Formats: sequence, C-alpha cells, structure tokens
Amino acid sequence: MSVSTSQSKELTPLERQYILLTQNGLPIVEKPYHWLAEQLDLTVEQTLAMTESFKERGIIRRIAAVPNHYKLGYQFNGMTVWDISDEHASEFGRLVGQLPFVSHCYLRPRHLPSWNYNLFAMVHGTTQDEIQKYRSQIKDLLQDVLVERSSNDANQGNTLRSNDMLTSSKILKKTGLRLKQKQ
Amino acid sequence: MSEFTLTRLQQQIINRYQKGFPLVAQPYKAIAKELAVTEQQVLLAIESLDQHGALSRVGAVFDHKKAGASTLAAMAVSPQQLDKVAAIVNQFEQVNHNYEREHEYNLWFVVTASDSDALEQVLQEIELLTGLSILVLPMEASYHIDLGFNIDFSSSTVTEH
Repeated sequence: MSVSTSQSKELTPLERQYILLTQNGLPIVEKPYHWLAEQLDLTVEQTLAMTESFKERGIIRRIAAVPNHYKLGYQFNGMTVWDISDEHASEFGRLVGQLPFVSHCYLRPRHLPSWNYNLFAMVHGTTQDEIQKYRSQIKDLLQDVLVERSSNDANQGNTLRSNDMLTSSKILKKTGLRLKQKQ
Repeated sequence: MSEFTLTRLQQQIINRYQKGFPLVAQPYKAIAKELAVTEQQVLLAIESLDQHGALSRVGAVFDHKKAGASTLAAMAVSPQQLDKVAAIVNQFEQVNHNYEREHEYNLWFVVTASDSDALEQVLQEIELLTGLSILVLPMEASYHIDLGFNIDFSSSTVTEH
C-alpha cells in the first residue's frame, strides 16, 4: 500500500471551519451567508469574499443545488475501467471526459499484476441497457489505444482484459466531504 | 413506493443551478429574478425537492484534493465477510462513499482526510482491522470539467421508496 496524493497549501483554521460548516450544504433560508457569517464571526461581505477566494483557488469547484441522481431516476451507474497506453492517456482521457453521459473521468495508477486499468470513467443511466450502450461508445473511442497484455503480466492462470465495467449492486454509504476537525 | 412529479420550476432549478448558484447574500432572490418568479416560490420549490430527497444539498462542491487529501480505494472481500468488512470501513467518518460492485474487487470506497498523513493512517487502520490489503487508487489526472450532470426530465417523475 502506498499513498501519493498531492497536497495543496495548508488551510487556515478559519478556512477549515468554513469547510466543516458548509460541506453538508447551506441551510435553505433566504440569507444563507448571513447564517454562515454569524457562525464564523465575520461580516457577510467577508464571508462572500472568502467564498470567492475558495472558488478562485479551486478549493470550491462550483456552488450548486446538488441533485440526488439516484432519486431522479438515474438508478444505474457503471464504473468503466480501461487499460490504455500511457502515451495516449491524456489525449483520449480528455475525449472520454467530454462525453455527455460521463460524470467523472480520471487517470489512476495501475497495480500490476492484480489491477491493470488506468483510466476510469463513470457512466449513469436509467436502465442497465443504457449504461451498456455507453460502455460500447467509450470502447469505440478507445479501441486503438487499448493495451493488449501477455499472460506474463497477469497472476498465474489469469488473463488481463483491456476493459471492464463494474456496476454497483449496493450503496453502502454516501455522504458529502467530511474533514475531521483538528483537536 | 409512491411518486411525485417535479414542477417545471423544480426541473429548471435542478438543471440550471448545478453550477453558478448565485454567490450573493440573497441567492434565492437572484434565482427568482433569473427565472421570473418570486423568491418565496423558489424557496418553496427547493424546500420541497429537499424534503423529497431529490437534492443532496445546496452549497459548495469542494475539490477533495485541494480541501485535503483523498483517494479511491478497493478491497477484494469474500461474500461471507462483506457485511462485516463494510461495517468496519463505514465506521470511519473519513469514508464518504462506499459501494458494493460486481467484481473480484467488490468493495469500493473514497477516503478523504485533512492531509496525506492522516489519509495514510486511515488506510492502515482499515487494513489492520480487516486483515485485508487495500488497492489504493489516487487520482493522477482529471479529464472532466465538473459542471454537474444534465438531467433528462422527459419522464419526469421521481420514485420514492
């Protein structure tokens, strides 16, 4: 096991406080930032400016009314995973990321021999057939850059496939981002 | 199982404000102006969506990586042990998504912590408590501009369980 994640600059205690207070959403009231300002002991203007700063620094990606896709009928999701050649990853990853039915598209490390897939793309649909169709569309796009591996790369007796789709059979836990409060 | 139908206003709100929720002191007033309705109508529409579970929240979507450290993780768990292992994993507040998926690696979860040391510690604790090794799959590059996800309301009912 190894972790290699990049770490941005430390957040100030006040910024951590902001994230803790808002990561599960703002209260649905006329003046939500007034509530937040009061919690942070800031003025509303300071609170809005701090939010702007988070956005500029990319700490906040977007501010949204975030829908519950599952509740809205999108009850099928598939994590499609692909073993594509490293030199093409960036170009083709971008193409997959632009597909309208892909909600996330990430490059992740391989762990040979047990895990050979480096490109992950999440697809969502209202039926199983729909997500199968999306998988085929991605496959058409990637067919020329998929890696064909020899059996030497795999665990004994196994062959490594160039792609797969992992469908979820059960949501076991789903919550927003939670940062642990520093003691 | 019962169903409720989204109003046109609710559909508009969902598809227009998955980004660009107004960053002003009175955001619902700003939305009302954009959609040519009253602030009260917007608030009622959003409250009702929230009560029916059609919204997961209203507010900022943070970049996990910049607001801390996070990784996707997977474990291969025998079917008999799955419930027990899932319960161990779920007890960590740093675990915010956990899905069972159909694959040899059948337990997939996201771990988010304040920094990479804290993240490593959680992963080690999970390995220690479960006796299983974790496939650690941090994001190396993102190829998707996160703008939300357009909802097709052509069959516009929401199922309630």
